[in-house]
Amino acid sequence: MCVGVPMQVVSVDGDFAMTEVDGVKREASLMMLDQEVKVGDFVIVHAGFAISKLDEEEARATLELMREVYSPELMG
Amino acid sequence: MNYSDVFRDKELVQGLAKRIADLTRGRTEPLVFMEVCGTHTNAIYQFGLRSLLPPEVRLISGPGCPVCVTPNSYLDRAIALCRLPDVIIASFGDMLRVPGSSSSLMEERAKGADIRVVYSPLDAVQLAAKNPDKRVVFLGVGFETTAPTIAGSILAAKAQGLSNYFVLASHKTMPQPMAILSADPELQVDGYICPAHVSAIIGADAYRFLCEEYKVPCVVTGFEPTDVLQGVEMLVRQAIAGESKVEIQYSRVVRWEGNAKAQAMLADVFTPFDAPWRGIGVLPGSGLRIADKYADFDAELAIPVQVEELKEHKGCLCGEILKGKVSPFDCPLFGGKCTPESPVGACMVSSEGTCAAAYKYGR
Ligand code: SF4
Repeated sequence: MCVGVPMQVVSVDGDFAMTEVDGVKREASLMMLDQEVKVGDFVIVHAGFAISKLDEEEARATLELMREVYSPELMG
Repeated sequence: MNYSDVFRDKELVQGLAKRIADLTRGRTEPLVFMEVCGTHTNAIYQFGLRSLLPPEVRLISGPGCPVCVTPNSYLDRAIALCRLPDVIIASFGDMLRVPGSSSSLMEERAKGADIRVVYSPLDAVQLAAKNPDKRVVFLGVGFETTAPTIAGSILAAKAQGLSNYFVLASHKTMPQPMAILSADPELQVDGYICPAHVSAIIGADAYRFLCEEYKVPCVVTGFEPTDVLQGVEMLVRQAIAGESKVEIQYSRVVRWEGNAKAQAMLADVFTPFDAPWRGIGVLPGSGLRIADKYADFDAELAIPVQVEELKEHKGCLCGEILKGKVSPFDCPLFGGKCTPESPVGACMVSSEGTCAAAYKYGR
């Protein structure tokens, strides 16, 4: 129905943020976000609302964990 | 950085699939994991993840497509409303082609009904502001991710003093059907791939009771192919160790406690009620209706209409599909009488529907 997409905040104006991914811009209401956002942050945008911030630290940690598949003993 | 692309890395996908195969090799009974979110259903088909997994791991789809679980009676009411001369229906696109008892919103639009597809419920509020002589009814379906956006639209309409904005609300909440399916003796579920963005709102703690009462492992998983495979790997590890706990694979977005502000909006605007699910029936406390203090915005109360008598679609197995008991390929109508261009049942309409995903991407 509506898929939430990670988008980067390019400007904040009161209760709204302009967000962008791959050159596509979308306005997102900040009405239901319980975290502070600033320009450069990533948020998940769903049906015109930012629903959650994307934690870049955690994203890196998840990728690290996935990359363990390349460790020599596992790849055999 | 594009956070969708990095989690689609081909080599990572293959490495994760190999790791799952290594972990499960030689098992006599396959492990069965259910996903209960339409976006997962779509991702699993789109990226062909089933074909990457070993035969020891089976993925099945549950009641995760919001359009699909919405019963005919809701559509019939929406159709009755759209026939009123001063009503504009605003909706997410997916609802239009879903067949009601004898018509669909698409057919009604062809006959002249004013039905608009919007991207955000806030667009529907704008529509109401621009058309003061019309009544704008937004079709509020969806789970806990979408429900706060609808709550937001009601709050915005109230703040703007609009008296011509209404919502026909039929929101569903996720943990209840998961409990029902866990208790179903006909169904084997060895673990849940828990929804990603629903969990961003309700928090991963919401699944704890499933692990405790039903001893079923739960992993909150993201939507990208590497996310799904890593989530499956975490479920496999729990199942092998005989554990049942909640884990968060999608930690870049989901927190244990969820989004407090969105939860507060839900609690303010909506009240839990016993909602009807297509194929599953009425589940206690599994839906959200508009709270009494916002009754002026409730289309069902504010705009009474005569709704036609309910008819179900003969031969459609949507109900069984939504419970994960049969696959689309078991339905004799699949691909013949029932296609995305002319759907017989709701599961063939939305891209999140199991039948539609199976039709588009094949096995
Ligand atoms: S293929 Fe069509 S008729 Fe068969 S279960 Fe799916 S939606 Fe229903």
